[in-house]
Amino acid sequence: MPLLIVNQIAIEFAGARRVVDGLSFALEAGEIACLLGASGCGKTTVLRSIAGFEALQAGEIHLQTQLLSVPGVQLPPQQRGIGMVFQDYALFPHLTVAQNVGFGLRSLTKPEQARRVAEMLDLVGLGELGGRYIHELSGGQQQRVALARALAPQPRLLLLDEPFSNLDVELRERLGQEVRQILKATGTTAILVTHDQREAFAMADQIGVMSEGRIRQWGTPYDLYHQPVDRFVANFIGEGVLLPARLTGPQCIEFELGELCRTAPVECGIGAELEILIRPDDIQHNDRSPLQAKVVAKAFRGAQFLYTLALPSGQQVLSLVPSHHNHALGELIGIELEVEHLIVFRK
Amino acid sequence: MKRLTLSVLAMSLLAGWAHAETVTVYSSRNEQLIKPLFDAYTKETGVEVKVLTDKEGPLLARLQAEGSNTPADMLITVDAGNLWQASNMGLLKTFNSKVVNENIPAHLRDPRGQWTGLSVRARTMVYNPSLIKAEQLSTYEDLADPKFKGKLCLRTSKKVYNQSLVGMMIAQHGEAKTEQVVRGWVANLATDVFADDTKLIEAVAAGQCAVGIVNTYYLGRILDKLPADKREAYPAKLFWANQKTNGVHVNISGAGITRFAKNEAGALKLIEWLSSDKAQNLYADKDLEFPANPKIKADVIVSSWGPFKQNLINMAKAGELQGKAVQLMDRAGYK
Amino acid sequence: MSKHSWRGAVLALPIALLTLIPLLVVLASFLHPQPEIWAHLGQYVLPDVLRNTAILLFGVGFGVLLLGVPLAWLTAVCEFPGRRWLSWALMLPLAMPAYVLAFVQVGLLDFTGPVQTLLRELTGDSSWFPRIRSTGGVVLVLTLAFYPYVYLLARNAFLTQGKRALEAAQMLGYSRPAGFWKVALPMARPWLIGGLTLALMETLADFGTVSVFNFDTFTTAIYKSWFSLFNLTAASQLASLLVLFVLVLVLVEQRARGARAYHGRIVAAERIVLTGWARPAATLFCLAVLAMAFVIPLLQLLVWAYSVLATDLDARYWGFTLRSMLISLAAALVVSVLALVLVLLQRHYASRATRLTVQLATLGYAVPGTVLAVGVFVPIAWLDNLLLPYAHALGYEGFQILKGSVAVMLLALGARFMAVAFQPLESAMQRVSRNQEDAARSLGLSNRQLTWRLHLPMLRGGALTAVLMCFVDVMKEMPITLMTRPFGWETLAVRVFEMTSEGMWANAALPSLMIVLTGLLPVILLVRKAE
Repeated sequence: MPLLIVNQIAIEFAGARRVVDGLSFALEAGEIACLLGASGCGKTTVLRSIAGFEALQAGEIHLQTQLLSVPGVQLPPQQRGIGMVFQDYALFPHLTVAQNVGFGLRSLTKPEQARRVAEMLDLVGLGELGGRYIHELSGGQQQRVALARALAPQPRLLLLDEPFSNLDVELRERLGQEVRQILKATGTTAILVTHDQREAFAMADQIGVMSEGRIRQWGTPYDLYHQPVDRFVANFIGEGVLLPARLTGPQCIEFELGELCRTAPVECGIGAELEILIRPDDIQHNDRSPLQAKVVAKAFRGAQFLYTLALPSGQQVLSLVPSHHNHALGELIGIELEVEHLIVFRK
Repeated sequence: MKRLTLSVLAMSLLAGWAHAETVTVYSSRNEQLIKPLFDAYTKETGVEVKVLTDKEGPLLARLQAEGSNTPADMLITVDAGNLWQASNMGLLKTFNSKVVNENIPAHLRDPRGQWTGLSVRARTMVYNPSLIKAEQLSTYEDLADPKFKGKLCLRTSKKVYNQSLVGMMIAQHGEAKTEQVVRGWVANLATDVFADDTKLIEAVAAGQCAVGIVNTYYLGRILDKLPADKREAYPAKLFWANQKTNGVHVNISGAGITRFAKNEAGALKLIEWLSSDKAQNLYADKDLEFPANPKIKADVIVSSWGPFKQNLINMAKAGELQGKAVQLMDRAGYK
Repeated sequence: MSKHSWRGAVLALPIALLTLIPLLVVLASFLHPQPEIWAHLGQYVLPDVLRNTAILLFGVGFGVLLLGVPLAWLTAVCEFPGRRWLSWALMLPLAMPAYVLAFVQVGLLDFTGPVQTLLRELTGDSSWFPRIRSTGGVVLVLTLAFYPYVYLLARNAFLTQGKRALEAAQMLGYSRPAGFWKVALPMARPWLIGGLTLALMETLADFGTVSVFNFDTFTTAIYKSWFSLFNLTAASQLASLLVLFVLVLVLVEQRARGARAYHGRIVAAERIVLTGWARPAATLFCLAVLAMAFVIPLLQLLVWAYSVLATDLDARYWGFTLRSMLISLAAALVVSVLALVLVLLQRHYASRATRLTVQLATLGYAVPGTVLAVGVFVPIAWLDNLLLPYAHALGYEGFQILKGSVAVMLLALGARFMAVAFQPLESAMQRVSRNQEDAARSLGLSNRQLTWRLHLPMLRGGALTAVLMCFVDVMKEMPITLMTRPFGWETLAVRVFEMTSEGMWANAALPSLMIVLTGLLPVILLVRKAE
């Protein structure tokens, strides 16, 4: 049985439209899930309803065997045994780091509290800084304090609301990995809310892509990337371009770069107009290939270049190329198609 | 051209300042009580009177700090104690005016001739006839008698009027006897001492206490607001204290000339004018006080209380003994 | 930093001198010991007075927190019927001078007042009615008069905290009430202490209110020594003890605040919607305070003012009002600019010496107005006496150069109200984080540009609060205006003095009412701004 069940919930703010509408998902113990979506999609509202800050207009939320929320009735946040890391951390400026971390440990004796605080600070790598005040810490350190504070009472579920949005990109990815390791090491079940897919990929076992108050697709990062259920998810997750295509046979699709024959993912008549999703890793660089495209833009990504290439028709595609292939802008390079997952949508 | 016009204008302004005679007055008697008098004076003589009002303490501190450069020619206060103090601090100048000596009785004037009273403020008793009969009342000292237990109302000892009253009692009876009296008063109090006389009179009228000690003009102001036919029925009545002994305690509102007066003659003329028939009614009636000049008849309400015997000890004593009086009242627990 | 540790202090000194010189004049009284008076005071006056002052400080301190904090919390964080208009209406008592509130409440609630009179007419007895002229009464009136300081600053704090801190506490297992005590309140501490300090300094300096109640405090002892015992020296000595006490208070406050920085974040206002009995209870609580502190006194003032309207109101009142407003505005601007300079100096040259100098500059608020007025006047008169011979040699004919000039009056008011302007500006400065400064510096801003392009824009809100609060305070101010005003310079407060000095309360109601009404506009602006 899943640890958390969110079933058909709807939330609306006084007099406004529904922010969340008929949303469901379930989470197994120990899993880290992520609600991913653009700002305003309702993801934070879902998180806050799980925390107990927002009332439901419909649906229900269960944690283990306990009913947390139904319309009209909700368990107060402090009785849910759920931890939360806020976007702005909401650390208490009048307390030291150690006092912040120990804030939720009222039920323990003083020595137990001290031990647990030390343990948590070690866990997040801030063992030395217990006596400092919050404003004396860097952003990344504050983030870790917020995490340690939320984890200290050993919550049944941890909620993280855009936890890395105040940090710089590099720190974001590193901390993401680190936090994931900490959560996995402590066996914590967690839900993360973010608009940054790289953060989601780095942290989550399961991702729910949200828009307009609904989950468009729930699945592993791999599934979302390679088997998006609709055009929205395809566009939102990963890079890529949609190219016009045509169904040429029961199993075959033809488009500018050639013909691909696989299990047809759509059911329509032969000759139907389609769109095919081409990811940067679907196009390989091969100097011997007859197919040539012109380099329009390039972005260095360490091991790879992300090239933007113009096909003879003018249509642009993206390609990831090992970075020892350094081509100048305007140069024609050979490419070939290597598509493992065929993703097409009806036009 | 423009500059020329301006400087001519400035010159004429300065000239104007220099030529119109002015008398500058520091006053703790409030502005609406004296301004009409000064306006009348200006109208009559053309002399401009400039006034600055403040409490006595700051006014004296100001005079002292300004020293010989004070713009003030004259000081007006509402009690004798502060005039005595000003004279004591060397802030006043002796003047000798036949006019003033004729108009104002000697006990209301400084023996050293540095100040004179201009109106008389009598401090006596008010009582509630439904709670106590006039026959039961006699002297301030008698109010210390246990028969008045729970019946007496007093104003705070911080008010200079009570300090003068007790000072005069010290002059009369000595400190020991006076302290006994004050202790007796405190023991007879019906309620906490009041912050002002008006509230006290209202408390007597409302029956919170049977008798109290107040300045008459506070009762006058209350009666003045009532229609003439309702005054008789007002439940707080005036009683002239100590008529069979040394007389009612009076204080003064008065004036002196400052030591470094720039217009000494002008100030003296103004004081003489204030003591004169014309001004005395205006000075006293404006506040329902008694004219210091005995020839002048008081306001209707004021004269309705009938004639009374004044305590004739010189007002200077009040100032001299004020410090002793305050300390005595502190000792006696009179707040 | 240590290299510049004296620089800030030296730069702040000229402003601090405004307050320090008068204070030194007061302190100089110790050059002339007054053993006799002290023996008397020590035996018969001081024991009572010290006890009363302590009771008053605790009572009013407790009272303003008890009213100010819940009101601020309700209007800043919760939602209940009437919340929107109550949130600004609750600031209105700031326009009501404490002494006016005192004489109105005593007039209403004493034995002879309408309430008890009515009770006696209906039931024949009012002896059970609590005595208003009592310790409880003074505490109540001063609390009602000064709670807006705590309310205003606490509200600011709660508004910037938002609900987020409380939610964080809830996620850690604390109920909302527990979270309020453990988190919201401690986080608001700098603001609460700021408001409390203002209220307590006002309480210490108050003379008008306690004299209406005939309640003996340290201030009344000062006035007794001066006015009754004719001993200004002993009065100054007492006053300097008071200043010393306040200095300790201020330093303790500084220590309590410690090195912690509080950089609030404005969180989108999501309010706690009150339900059940809490809804009407919140509305009722706010209404009750508003009625007691403002509406009822205002009505009484209106009744009294109406009774003397025909005789007292004349064309001069336009002049009184205009002068009151002009001097208040000018003084508010001058004081705020000076306070702003202090706040900036304290930031640029952070050191113990700077901090101390700046603190000294704000001490004037706790000195009884009249004592400070003398302290201001004496050096000015001295300077005048020094200058006059030269002026006369040049053909000047008057006897006042600096004395009685509006400029000196403004500076004297500055010495008194520096604390009022300083508190909100300092609170605002606390929200400018070092990171923001560093960010600005990294964008190539010099120190001077930092001031113009970062600090001043970010202090705008605090500066407006400072100006408005000073405006209202100067409007109500009496002793310094009396002592330093030019000849014939009559304001509304001077008018109130003229009337109350003769116990003419009904006549005093008219100018008092106009003070209140004139003060309303800035108060309303003040609240609008906080929204």
